[in-house]
Amino acid sequence: MTGEVAVLGAGMHPWGKWGRGFVEYGVAAARAALADAGLEWREIGSIVGADTVRGGYPGYVAGATFARALGWQGARVTSVYAACASGAQAVATARAQILAGLADVVLVVGADAAPKGFFRPAGGDRPDDPDWLRFRALGATNPTYFGLYARRRMAVHGDTAEDFAQVKVKNSAMGALNPYARYRKRVTAEEVAASAVVADPLRLLDICATSDGGAALVLSSMEFARGRGVAEPVRIRAVSTVTPTYPNTVLDLPDIATDSAAAVEPAAETFRASIAHAAYEEAGVGPDDLSLAEVYDLSTALELQWYEDLGLCGEGEGAKLLREGATAPDGRIPVNMSGGLASFGEAVPAQAIAQVCELTRQLRGEAGERQVEHARVGITANQGLFGHGSAVIAVR
Amino acid sequence: MVAGWFAGEGDDFTLLGTRCSGCASVFFPREDSHCRNPGCGGGDLAEIPLSRRGRVWSYTDSRYRPPSPYVSDPELPWEPYTLIAVELAAERIVVLGQAIPGVTVADLTVGAEVEVVPGVLHEDGETVWTTWQWRPTGVTA
Repeated sequence: MTGEVAVLGAGMHPWGKWGRGFVEYGVAAARAALADAGLEWREIGSIVGADTVRGGYPGYVAGATFARALGWQGARVTSVYAACASGAQAVATARAQILAGLADVVLVVGADAAPKGFFRPAGGDRPDDPDWLRFRALGATNPTYFGLYARRRMAVHGDTAEDFAQVKVKNSAMGALNPYARYRKRVTAEEVAASAVVADPLRLLDICATSDGGAALVLSSMEFARGRGVAEPVRIRAVSTVTPTYPNTVLDLPDIATDSAAAVEPAAETFRASIAHAAYEEAGVGPDDLSLAEVYDLSTALELQWYEDLGLCGEGEGAKLLREGATAPDGRIPVNMSGGLASFGEAVPAQAIAQVCELTRQLRGEAGERQVEHARVGITANQGLFGHGSAVIAVR
Repeated sequence: MVAGWFAGEGDDFTLLGTRCSGCASVFFPREDSHCRNPGCGGGDLAEIPLSRRGRVWSYTDSRYRPPSPYVSDPELPWEPYTLIAVELAAERIVVLGQAIPGVTVADLTVGAEVEVVPGVLHEDGETVWTTWQWRPTGVTA
C-alpha cells in the first residue's frame, strides 16, 4: 500500500472534430478542472502534460505548452508520452510527485487534435520504426488489428457480429446522455449492421473514430485536500503502468509479429490481464469490489476482451456477460457509463485522463442520468501501443 | 525498404529471422543487435529461415485505402486486400502478412494451413517492391 492521492478537480473539453489546436482544448479542460477544484492556476505546484505527436514540437513538450498558455508561474513541469497510455502515465507521474512530497497539488492535462480518418505514423522514411513498417510493408492500420482480434474471438469463443453490435448499442445510449461526448445519438443494432465494413468482421460503427478533445485533473495530497475542506475526496489508489512480460504472444499494435515462445514459456496471464492485475494488487481490491469500469473500447469486440482481462468473467465469457446485461447501466458491473470511445472517439493523450474524469463524477454521485447508484470503487483500463499498460483505480 | 527479411524463390522462398545462440529465442522481424529475452545473458544472433507453412491465427481485410507510407495509386479505385496472422508451430510465433491477391476473407478460416510465397507490394517506374505473402495451401494461382 503506497498511499492515496485526492482528485480535487476534473474537467474536459467536449470531444468532436472542432478544427482547432490541441492547446485550446487542453487549456479549456485545465481551467474546468481548476474551477472544479476551486483552485487558482497560481496555486498549482506542478503541471504534467500528456504529449501529442500531432501537435509537433509544442505537443512533444505538452506540459510546458499548457503552462505557457495558462501563464508561466514557475511550476514544476513534466511532459510524458506513452501513446494511448500517455494520460495514465501523466496521472502516475503526478501521483508519484505528490506521494514523494515533491508537490502538494498537481495539474494533469492531455489534449489532441486528431487527423481525419486513420492514424498514421510520423513522416519520412523510417524503416527502424515498427509503426512506420507496419504501414509501409503491410498497410496494417489500427482497425485491421481490431479486426484480427474480433475474428479470433468469433473463431475461439463463438462471439457474433450481433454481440459486437450490442456493445455499441449499450455505449451509444450512455454517450447520448454525456454532454462531453462527440456522438450523442443512440445507435441500434440494425444501424451497426448496415454500416460499411472497415476491417472484416468489424464495421464502421464497431470502431471508434479519431477525435479532438481534452481532459484534465487536479490531484493533491490528502493533507492538502483536507486543508481545503475536502474531507472525503475521490481518491486514486492505484495506477498500473506495467509492460508486457517476454514473450508477449498476442499480436500487439504496432508489431508485425509476436514474440516467439520457442525458448521461454509465456506467462499464464496475457498483457492486458496483467495491467488490471497490477492495479488490483496495488489497490488491494478485486473485480468483485468494483462499482463500475471504464475500458478502452477501440472496437466493440475489444470491450468484450476487457471484461475477461479485468476478471469480470472467465475467459471466453465476455459476450455472455454482455448478453446477461451485467455490464449495462443497471447491471452488476456497468462498463463505459461515459459512453466510451464509441461515443467519444480517440483523442490519444486525453482519453486515459477522461476515463478518470468519468470515475470522479460517478464516485462523487455527480453523473446525472448516467449515475451508477452507490458507486464506491471504479477502474479504468487502457493499453498504449509499444507495450504501455494503463489502469487506474479510484475509490470514494 | 528493409533488407534480409526474406530470401529465395519459388519453393525455396522463406522468411528470415534470427536466433539467439544463448537462449534459442527466435526473432522476426530479425533482431540483430540484442536478444530481447530478459532471462538471457545475451548471445550471438544468427540468421535462420522460418517455417514455410503455418496455421491461420486470425485474418481481416482493409476495405478503405490505408494512409501513407503505404503506397497505392490514388487514381485507381481501392481494391481491398486481406491480412493474415499466421502461427508458425516450430517457432511458436505469429507473423502478420498480406494474402496473395485474390484471396478474400471468405476463403479463410482460423486454423487453416497457409504457406509463405513471394509477392509484389507495388511497382514504380524504377523498382518492383517485393514482399512476402500468405497463400492457402492447395491454392496454386
